[in-house]
Amino acid sequence: MHLVLFLIFAGLCLAGAINLLLQSHPINSALSLVVVMIALAVLYLLLGAEFLAAAQIIVYSGAIMVLFVFVVMLLNAGREERTLGSKVAKTLGFPAVVAVMGVLATIILHLQGMGAAAINQGLIPTEELSRVLFHELLLPFEITSILILIAILGAVALARQEGSERSVTK
Amino acid sequence: MTLLEFALWNLLKVVVVTVILLLGVAYTVLLERKAVGRIQNRWGPSRVGPFGLLQPLVDGAKNFLKEDLIPAAVYRPIYLLAPIISLGCALVVIAVIPFGANMGPKGFDLFEVSNINIGLLVVLGLTSMGVYGIALAGWSSNNKYSLLGSLRSSAQLISYELALGLSLVGVVLRAGSFNLRTIVDQQAQHGLLSWNMFGGFQFVAFFIYLMAAYAETNRSPFDLPEAESELTGGYHTEYSSMKFAMFFMAEYANMINVGCVATLLFLGGWTSPFGHLIGPFHSAWINALLSIFWFVFKVFMFLFLYIWVRGTLPRFRYDQLMNFGWRFLMPLAILNIVGTSLWLALR
Repeated sequence: MHLVLFLIFAGLCLAGAINLLLQSHPINSALSLVVVMIALAVLYLLLGAEFLAAAQIIVYSGAIMVLFVFVVMLLNAGREERTLGSKVAKTLGFPAVVAVMGVLATIILHLQGMGAAAINQGLIPTEELSRVLFHELLLPFEITSILILIAILGAVALARQEGSERSVTK
Repeated sequence: MTLLEFALWNLLKVVVVTVILLLGVAYTVLLERKAVGRIQNRWGPSRVGPFGLLQPLVDGAKNFLKEDLIPAAVYRPIYLLAPIISLGCALVVIAVIPFGANMGPKGFDLFEVSNINIGLLVVLGLTSMGVYGIALAGWSSNNKYSLLGSLRSSAQLISYELALGLSLVGVVLRAGSFNLRTIVDQQAQHGLLSWNMFGGFQFVAFFIYLMAAYAETNRSPFDLPEAESELTGGYHTEYSSMKFAMFFMAEYANMINVGCVATLLFLGGWTSPFGHLIGPFHSAWINALLSIFWFVFKVFMFLFLYIWVRGTLPRFRYDQLMNFGWRFLMPLAILNIVGTSLWLALR
């Protein structure tokens, strides 16, 4: 049952990701990304991380992707122009990606004893994870949040500056 | 209970709950028309059936028989998808709502479609997914009113979702669980006095939740996305026939969902307000029916409040709405979390 569900949603995830690249309209791409996020949430659920799955849906597909769709709507972005793509990407990029993926897959399979591990073996529940995060790693965690806060403030400051210049020139 | 029996029972539960929800939607519309009618000193629907009671069915039939227009300039796939997302997200929420005390054989819950330990998060997640229905409907209609309506609506939903989510944190802190049954059980000891709204000192959270819920369901006084006088109808201007009806049903289903969540989190769910004064009776069935009665009664009161507010309050201006959400509700919700955590820590 787990394997069937995994195959369905992993397939959906990959299909969404490929569709994201192939679509020429930004809103279709954004919606494909939503499908990818939801499929990922289901995969988390299959791994027994319910909280993570719900957070994935609420934060990524519910908040961040809505913002993407919002921006696309606001700018009313049209169809993207198709370029044929650079030759470098085709000759170097694809083989490089395949090579990196191959190395990663081999290492992971090797560590798991060539795929012998069952799907719910050696799982760490979200509770343990958060205990580590909020006890041992509390300081780095808080510093990260301050970093993000600084980034937000920076974005606001940049946007403000541009706005005030525009109002001056007008 | 074998697997097949389990599947059949669950299917039956899903069908019954969905039918009741849809009937509830239809009759909430009638209740609204009647109550708003009385507030405005007129009768409301009174011709079809006794007291106009058959009006919702006739309205449904009318919507089915109307011509389904699809304007030429719409972006078809998304135009067709949007009402489905909207209604789908609204209807699925009811799956995690427990509406009566736990009954039935072990491992099977008669009064809840599925009892899961992240119930509250599922509700929040589905609500946040519902935004897509409205946003995409407005964008794909290729109409300025629709686009403006859906932009307003998305901005409003994103802003108030934060306040809504944060207002629930206090309740979750008190219960220590996302499971809706656990949250209700924790309020069950002393009737009214142990409800989160009174005994739990979560009335600030309840106030924030109430305000955010009006905004989340696009209801008056925050119904700017479909302000008739400015936008002719907002995001569903270009929809007709059953597609319009789907948006309409989604709005009322969302109202019922919000009422259910408020009942579960703040008003003690299916527990009696009198606690053990009117005690548990000997017959398990009477207890079960009584629990369902209290749940439905509380949801009904919540819906009536919705309609009352709609009938009596004027609409906000858009900047007032945004300021209220970000500068008042958000800080208040954060203060509530800090206060609740301190209280729980120092108790």
